[in-house]
Formats: sequence, C-alpha cells, structure tokens
Amino acid sequence: MLEYTLIPLLPLIAFVINIIFGRNYIKDKAHWVSVPAVIGSFVLAVAAFMDVQSGKVININLYRWIVSGDFNVPIGFLIDPLTAVMLIVVTSISSLIFIYSIGYMHGDKGYYRFFAYLSLFVFSMLTLVMSNNFLLLYFGWEAVGLCSYFLIGFWFDKKSAANAGKKAFIVNRFGDFGFGLGVILVFLTFGSLEYTKVFSDAGSVIGKTISIFGYEVNTITLICLLLFCGAVGKSAQLPLHVWLPDAMEGPTPVSALIHAATMVTAGVFMVARCNPLFSLSHTAMTTVAVVGGVTSIFAASIGLVQNDIKRIIAYSTVSQLGYMFLALGVGAYSAGIFHLYTHAYFKALLFLGSGSVIHALHDEMNIQKMGGLKKYMPVTYWTFIAASLSIAGIPGLAGFFSKDEILWRAYAGGDAGRWLWLLATIAAFMTAFYSFRLIFLTFHGKFRGTHEQEHHLHESPSVMTIPLIFLAIGAVASGWVGIPPLLMEHGDRIGEFLAPVLGPPKGEGSHAEEWMVMGLSVFVGLAGIFTAYIMYLKKTELPYKIGEKFQAVYKLLYNKYWIDELYDKTIVRPVLSVSEKIILGFFDAKIIEGVVNGVPNLIGAFSQRLRKIQTGMLSHYAVAMALGVLVIIGAVIFLK
Amino acid sequence: MEDIILNHLDYPVLTWTVFLPVIGAVLLLFLRNAGVIRWFSLLITLATFVISLPILAHFDKSTYKMQFAERHEWITSWGINYFVGIDGISVLFIFLTTILSILCVLVSWKAVDTKVKEFHIAILTMEAGMLGVFVSLDFFLFYIFWETMLIPMFLLIGVWGGPQRVYAAIKFFLYTLVGSVLMLVGIVVLYFYGGRTLNILELSALQYPFQLQCWLFLAFFAAFAVKVPMFPVHTWLPDAHTEAPTAGSVILAGVLIKMGAYGFLRFSIPMFPDATKFFIMPLFVLSIIAIIYGALVCFAQKDFKRLIAYSSVSHMGFVTLGIFALNTQGVEGGILQMLNHGIITGALFLMIGIIYERTHTRMIADYGGFAHIVPWYSGIFIVVALASIGLPGTNGFIGEFLIIFGAFKAGKILGFLAATGIILGAVYMLRLYQMVFFEKLNPNYETGRHPVWDLTLRETVILTPLIVSIFWIGIYPETFLSYIHSSAEHLINNMSLNTGMAFYK
Amino acid sequence: MVPLSWYIMLSAVVFSIGVIGFLTRRNLIIVFISVELMLNAANISLVAFSHYLQSIKGQIMVFFIITVAAAEAAIGLAILIAFYRNNPTIKVDEINLLKG
Repeated sequence: MLEYTLIPLLPLIAFVINIIFGRNYIKDKAHWVSVPAVIGSFVLAVAAFMDVQSGKVININLYRWIVSGDFNVPIGFLIDPLTAVMLIVVTSISSLIFIYSIGYMHGDKGYYRFFAYLSLFVFSMLTLVMSNNFLLLYFGWEAVGLCSYFLIGFWFDKKSAANAGKKAFIVNRFGDFGFGLGVILVFLTFGSLEYTKVFSDAGSVIGKTISIFGYEVNTITLICLLLFCGAVGKSAQLPLHVWLPDAMEGPTPVSALIHAATMVTAGVFMVARCNPLFSLSHTAMTTVAVVGGVTSIFAASIGLVQNDIKRIIAYSTVSQLGYMFLALGVGAYSAGIFHLYTHAYFKALLFLGSGSVIHALHDEMNIQKMGGLKKYMPVTYWTFIAASLSIAGIPGLAGFFSKDEILWRAYAGGDAGRWLWLLATIAAFMTAFYSFRLIFLTFHGKFRGTHEQEHHLHESPSVMTIPLIFLAIGAVASGWVGIPPLLMEHGDRIGEFLAPVLGPPKGEGSHAEEWMVMGLSVFVGLAGIFTAYIMYLKKTELPYKIGEKFQAVYKLLYNKYWIDELYDKTIVRPVLSVSEKIILGFFDAKIIEGVVNGVPNLIGAFSQRLRKIQTGMLSHYAVAMALGVLVIIGAVIFLK
Repeated sequence: MEDIILNHLDYPVLTWTVFLPVIGAVLLLFLRNAGVIRWFSLLITLATFVISLPILAHFDKSTYKMQFAERHEWITSWGINYFVGIDGISVLFIFLTTILSILCVLVSWKAVDTKVKEFHIAILTMEAGMLGVFVSLDFFLFYIFWETMLIPMFLLIGVWGGPQRVYAAIKFFLYTLVGSVLMLVGIVVLYFYGGRTLNILELSALQYPFQLQCWLFLAFFAAFAVKVPMFPVHTWLPDAHTEAPTAGSVILAGVLIKMGAYGFLRFSIPMFPDATKFFIMPLFVLSIIAIIYGALVCFAQKDFKRLIAYSSVSHMGFVTLGIFALNTQGVEGGILQMLNHGIITGALFLMIGIIYERTHTRMIADYGGFAHIVPWYSGIFIVVALASIGLPGTNGFIGEFLIIFGAFKAGKILGFLAATGIILGAVYMLRLYQMVFFEKLNPNYETGRHPVWDLTLRETVILTPLIVSIFWIGIYPETFLSYIHSSAEHLINNMSLNTGMAFYK
Repeated sequence: MVPLSWYIMLSAVVFSIGVIGFLTRRNLIIVFISVELMLNAANISLVAFSHYLQSIKGQIMVFFIITVAAAEAAIGLAILIAFYRNNPTIKVDEINLLKG
C-alpha cells in the first residue's frame, strides 16, 4: 500500500522541501531533491504497472475525506490498466523533462522554485490519474491548473507571462465550473463518487431524466456534458483552447510537461475513465467526437502560418488532442489513450528540441530568423526529425500506429464518423506540412539571424541532449505495442491491456477499407512533407505569393480566427466595464449608498429648517411661552 | 427540563473563557508602560485560549445538546438567568475568536503606538463580547453581549482607523444599531409570548403562529442581515474594513460578521421554521446576488483592503446560501465556511496590515512586482488567496463545495449560479495578485528609499497557525466537521419536523 | 374685610405687569425683577385663598415659592455676572448665543 501511496507522495515531498528550504539552503542544488523523487516515482510506477499486468487491480481508500450527512467521499487510489499506462507516461516523461531542465534552467534565479513547481505539477497529475473517485480527480484537476498558473507565469516579471498564467487558470476554471457541477450531479444520481460504484450502477439510470428550466434532460447526457466541459477546458479544445498557445510564455520544459505528460492529457484521461457513462449517451459521444474533430482541423490550420516555434507546436498539440477526443467520441477509447501515450513522447521531444534551439539562439523563437541549424546541432536536428516523422504518420513510427488507429476507428464509426474522418485526414495533411515547414525553416537553408547569434550557435549540453535521445527512442518505438491486427496478429498489445477498463474497440469494416484508410493517411503525410519541401526549400518565394493571393485567409489563420479578440470584446471588457461603471460606480455608489446616506441627509435637511426657530432671542421665547399659556388657558375654558 | 449537559469540568469553563478578558481589561487600567501593556494583553489572550482548550477534548460530538452549560439565577423577577452553554454550531467559533484575538494583539505590536492601553482594553472587551454572544443561552445576556461588541469596534475604527475613520465608524454603528433595535423589539415580543422567559432553549421549543413567525423573522433578520452583511445592506462593510486598523479588520471579518450567520442558525431557523420557508426565495436571491455582486465589484477595486472587504460580501453570500439550503451539506458547509472565511479573510487582512506597515499605502497601483522583494510574503499570500478562491486541498474548497452541493440539492439553478462565483473569485484574486506581486517592481521601491522587508519572526508566528489550519481543514476536514455533524443534523431534522414536511428531498 | 376678589384682582394686575415687563424690557435685571413680580403675584393669590379657605396649605406653598425664587434669583444673577465678565452687556437681544 505504501509503495503505491509513495508514487504521488515523493514529488510532493520534493516540492515541500524545495519550496521551504530552496531559497536559502538548497538553491542551485534543487534538482538533487526533485529528480530522484520523480525517478523514484517512475520506478514505483513501473512496479505498479507490473502488478497490474499480472492481473491485480489496486483500489485502496486511505481515509474519509469529506463526510457530511449522506455525502461521503474518501481519499483513495485506484490502479487499473488505464491508470498504469498513465502512470508510466507521466512519470517517464516527467523524469526526462526534469533531467533536461537541469541544463535548460541552469543559472536561473528561480531555479529552486522551478523544480518545486515541477514536482508539484507531477504530484497533481499523479493524484489526478490515481484517484479512485471524482472528487479527488477534481482535486488533481484543479491542482494541475494551479501548477500551470505558477509555471506559465514563472518569469513573472514579464507582464505577458503573468497574463498567460492567469489566463490559463481562469479559462480552466470555466471548464472546471462545469466539471464541478457534473461531479455534484454524479453524486446526486448515484449516491457515491467512487468510480467502482458509479460505473457499476451506470446502467441503472438509463432513460432517467432531470428537469432544468422545465426541459427534461437525460441525466447521463447532462452528467457527461458537464464533465466534458472540464475536459474541454483542461485539454484546450474549442472553444476553451485559448490558454494553451499563450502557455508558451513559460519556460520550455514546462511547455513540454504541460503538452506531453500532464495537464492537457487530463481531459482525455477523464473521458476515457468515465467511458461507462459516456458510452450510455449517444448525444455526449457525438459531442465529444465533433468537438475533437473540429478542433483538430481548426488548430492545425492555425499552425500552418504561425512563426513562433513554440506556438506551432502548441497548435499541433491542440490538434492532436482533437484527434484523441475524436477517438473517444467514436468509442475507440483505447485508441485515444494509445495516441495520448505515443503523442506524449514525440510532443515532449518536439518541445524539448525546440527548447534546445531556443537555448542555442538565446531566446529567439521566430522561425523566420532561424535556418541552417542542422550542422550546429546534429542531435537536436535528428531527434527533431524523428518526432516530426512520427507526428506526420510515417509508417513504422509511433505516431503512425496511433493516428492510423484513430482514423480507422472514425471511418468505421458510421456516417458522422466518415465526415470526422475526412476532417481528421485533412488535418493530418496539415500536420505533416507545418511540422516540416518548421524543420525546413529552422534547420535547413541559411541562417537568418544576427551574426552574434550565429557566433554563439552550439549544441546543447549532454544533460539536455540525452533526454532528447531517450524521447526519440520513445517517439520511434512507443507505437510498437499497438500494431493493428491487420499488420500483425496480436500486435495491439496496449488495446488488449486496456480492454478490461475501456472495452473492446467498436466499429466494423472490411480489410480493404482498412488498407485504404491506412494508405490514405500515409499518403497525406508524405504529401504534406513534400509540399513543405517544395515551398520552403525549393521555391522559397512560393509562400509569399500564396500569402499575397489569399490574404484574407492568411490573416484569418495568422490571427487565429480572432478568437482571443472576440473573447476580449464580448466577455472580458463588457464584464469589467459593467462591474466598474454600472455595479460599482452606479449601483453601489449611487443607489445603495444613496439610500444609506440619503436618509440621514434628509433628516439633516429637515433639521436645518427646524433650527431656524431657535432665534436665541429671549423675548421670542417669552412670547412663545406666553402665547402657549394663553392657548392652554383658552383650551381649558372653552373646551370644557 | 430542556436538553442540556451541565458543565462537568473542574471549573466553570465558559464563564472563565468569557470573563477572563474582562478581568484583563480591568487590570490593564492600572498599567502604564506600553510594553508591559502589550505583554499583559498577550498573556491574557493566550490564557483565555488555554483555558478554553479542554472544551475541545471533552466536547461530546455525538449529541446536539448544549454542553458545558452553567446556569445561575440572576434577575428572578424578570425571569432572567445567567445561562451559558455551547453546541456544535458555536464550539468552533470559540476557538476562532480566541486565536484571532491573540493574533490581533500580536499584529498590533508595532502598528499601534498611540493610546496603547485603551486599544488593548478595546480588544479584550471585544473578545469578551464575541465569546459571550456565542455562549449565551439567555436572550438578555445575549443582547448585552451583542451590543457590547459594538462599542469597542466603534472605538477601534473611530480612534485608530484611517483618514475617513469617523464616517466609517458612525456608519458602522448606525447600521448595526438599527438592526439590533429591531431585534430587541423581537426579543420583547418573544418574552411576552413565551410566558415571561428569556431562555433561548425554551423559546426555541415553542411553536409560534405563522404570522407572528413572519414578523419576528423579519425583526431578527434586520439585525442579522446587517451583520452578515447581506446584499443590499452591505455598504458599511467596505468602509469599516478599509478604515479600521488591522486588528479591527481581522476581528470584523473574522468573527463579527459571522454573528449574523450564527444568529440565523441559532434563532431564525429553529424558532421560525415556517417563516424561513416562507421567505426562502428572497433569501436565496439575496445570497446569490451577494455572491455575484460582491465578486463583480471586486473587479473594479483600486484599494487593497476594499477589495478584500467586498470579497467578504461574496463569501458570506455563500455562507447564507448554504445555511438556507436547509440540508445537511449546506448547513455544515455554511458553518465550516464561516470558520474558513474567518481564517482566510483574517489572514488576508493581517497580511495587508503587515505590508501596510512597510509601504503605508493601500492602493493596488502603488504595488507591483513585490514578489521580487518579499518572496516569503508573496508565497504565503498566494496560499491564502488560493484558499479564498476555493482551491481543492485548502479549506475554502471544502466549505464552498459542500455549500454548492447543498445549494444544488435545494435547486439546480442555485448550484449553478453559486458555482459562477468560483470563476469570478479566481478572476479578481489572481488579478489582484498579479498587480501586487508580479511584473516589474514598482520603481518607488527600487532605490531602497522606502525599505520593504520580508516577514519578520513575529509576523511568521502570526501567520503560521492560519496557514496550518488552511491546509488542515483542506486535507482532513473531519477534525472540524465532526464537531458540527450532530448539531447540523438536529437543526435540519427539527426543521423538517416542525414544518411537518421534509423540506427538500 | 377686604373681599377675595380684590386680592385676586391685585394678583392679576401684578402678574400682568410682570408679564408685560418680561416681554418688553431688554435689561436682563428688569427681566429678572419681572419674573419675581409674577412669582409674587402667585404668592398673593395663594395667601388670599389660604386665608379665605382657612387652610394652611397655601401658605406652605408660598414658603416654597419664596425659597425657590430666592435660589433662582441667586443662580440667575450669578450666571448674569459670569456672562457679563465675558461679554459686557446685559441687553437681552444681544445675548443670543443659543441661536440655532
């Protein structure tokens, strides 16, 4: 029991030690606390994975967290195949990123702080995946949001960084708002928040409805949609994707951590975890699939024209997450998780590789000012190529297997699935295109930066390149556990491993169709690479010509469909101005304070009039008195 | 005889707890040296805390009955007794009060250097008044303590406050007095209706006709709504908070405004269940408005303290919403959130006081980039700020979650609207945090002409218990919730019993 | 024997003189004397009725009034002098410090 509890606890301990003693004592030795902790977690996670592989499912309650009346929720862990896979992904990638950070963050004055937050991040994510109930999941859910706030805004003296951190947290809260209500509704429906109880009872509430504003809504659908709100926020899907590209303000290892191992995968994990609920609601599943499919092409199209190296990769993440949701939405849960797992390796690699580039160029992020880095940074270059080939879906590499699985499941998932498959295939073309556009502009051609930068170009230290190599191995080989049965009998080992939790994949189709889907996905991948090759290596004037010709489209994409501006105009500014001008300036200050101060003022004004009677002249008083006496006497005499 | 458990400790624990500060205040009159006065005052508050400690150990969590009760005849001809006791609703607030009082003395160590003796007398009297309110089981006694609180607070704001102190003090005084006077009328009516008794337990056990209930409910509501403060009678709070000295703000936010919610739990709901039911919609609406309105107003605040004051309006909206959800989760969440709010907002005001001692400004715009120069301070501030916006793992989460859960149970739309408060809370708190601590350091502080130093030992000692309880309640709330369970259940059961129906299924 | 009505007439006349003096004169001392006149007008009628009704009560009342009048005159004059020291006038219409 302790060995499982220690998995999340080790990073937490590292966090506490670093945050308390880091500033004055540990300082630039902070990695000696955090790195062993996360590697320890990794080792324990592998041990837990072994246990699960041998057929054990670990479900332990540590203590009762909140008890109130009939409400009762424990703090407890559930390690089943799904969690085991997530544990491996999270801890292995985190370990590599931690090691990489030793080199990348070297000399930063917040070094100890960085490692403390990283550890907290890993702790939160591990709690999230290991929890055995919705509320502890919510704990991890919010905690990763918090860590992203700290880490994105790590260089807080930059206004943009502080803004981006805040934005990440607040946008996430919008999703969490729905998620929290979903959790409450789960309890009110099932009388428990523990997965085992909820999922085993899921069948009993089919067809039950709940009335909202007089509308009868299917309970399961409502629960799923509310939970999905949270996933949309955390996994940066439309329309809450806005925080993720801004999250680039954080140090590069953080981007890698957020995009690969923690945070954004939480939404995918959660939907997969709740698959017994989602499977019962056709509406919810369709929503998930459509949001995923649309996001994948939407984000990919933005990625086509961006110039910031990290932003391109960020939009690629949003797009890839769209794929995962697409898979979940068509019922191919294990395909979604499989893609999550392979994506984690090549995406971490892309980010760390771009970090290596940025490091070499002294914080230059514009790919238009790079070029020709291949000969200076061979390790970075070759690992980058591996990751890009993987994401482009070149056969044999990790991305190929998982992406193909998703495309095939979407295609096999009925009519709606066909359309989404089409979207996803187009997105696959775009993915290949922008990935190689990035490579060609960064590593090939001539260097376009300043001389001083050129003079300092160098390969990163081995503490950074070794994690790259490890990740490259993952980007190439991690897909080999999920080879489709079409190519190899019993090749889909991960699917079989996850089947007890996620169920067997759905969808029917002939071998011929499957070959067609696979062939097409390989074709669009190669086509994307080839197009990028033509445009950015052979005919370098072509991009400008196209940009000129389709200026409107280019602007739309370059400005990310103006979504940020739209939110700013329609939500942020109106709320701020309403609160400042109307609520505070008018209602609070004028109406309420008007009444509060008005009543005394009225009394005061009346008194002002009344006091004129007091003239201070004795004779006036005397006359008043005499008249008074006369009136009284008159009354006594005449009113008898 | 009503259900009480007489005090079984060796000494009259409640009497000692309440009157030790009074004795201390009287003895302070004979001291001269400011240093001695501070130490003596600290000693008294500490002793009060220590004396009250056995309550925690000997409290019987399995019963809703009044415990540690003491009862002596006082003014027999009018049926007035000295009658005190505590149950699960009040017990935690005893400790909140005693602990915050200690912190108030500590935080004023350097900040108050004029009329030191009078200041500490006011603090101690205040403490006695607050403790008295929580333990009184006789209306006469209750009302005395209730009004006793008013005077020291009036003086704290009016004498040691900021530039607008007199306006704020008078506003505070009049607001609360208007409410209290209506409550006094209500008490007199109860006295005659209940056969010339002022015993709160006896009066609670009676059944009142519906119309009388409504009038009495409104009379009590006037007093409690002002104290909470509920929308729209909240405008004294920002003024009072802004102008009060740190210790005053802490007591005000930490304990004083809990009196209103406590009053609802102790009087309004058990005595006038039908009226509560009758007025439930307006109560919900006011609570929801308070949550959203209070948060929106925070968006536009330029003053550090005012922002926190308005955030109190929002948080107390949560408390009243939970209480009037009239189910176990709502009420327990409400009570716990009262405690949480005392801890969190108390800590926030303490921290503002601490930084004000260095910068002498409350304007947010005068700060900026403070994380560079006061890292420990900013670290602790973010913990408290996050607790305030209800991040899981902190105490704010437990309270808000239970309240939203209870509200959702009472009506889905309530839960939905209350939950928006969580988003809004995050927005204004993080905005504040960014403006004060992030970005470039404000040039005023770069030169070192205005030295700003990090937390001193004394300040760390002040903040430590609050930080510990933030995490304690967040991670293992059962320590605290277990005191509340029986009383909250009893309240809800009684409610459904008295109104003859289960209120919300 | 003088009839009762004469005494009452006398009392009324004295009282009226007092009232008129009180209302019209500006010198504070005259005002005081006028007040004394009114008090003594009351005394006259009290004594007259006491004699007429053969009851001692009226005369007792008179003693009270004399005492009170003396006290009042003493205090009044004391205030007057105190006031005069600060503000050398005894004209009533110049003494209006209590003007609202």
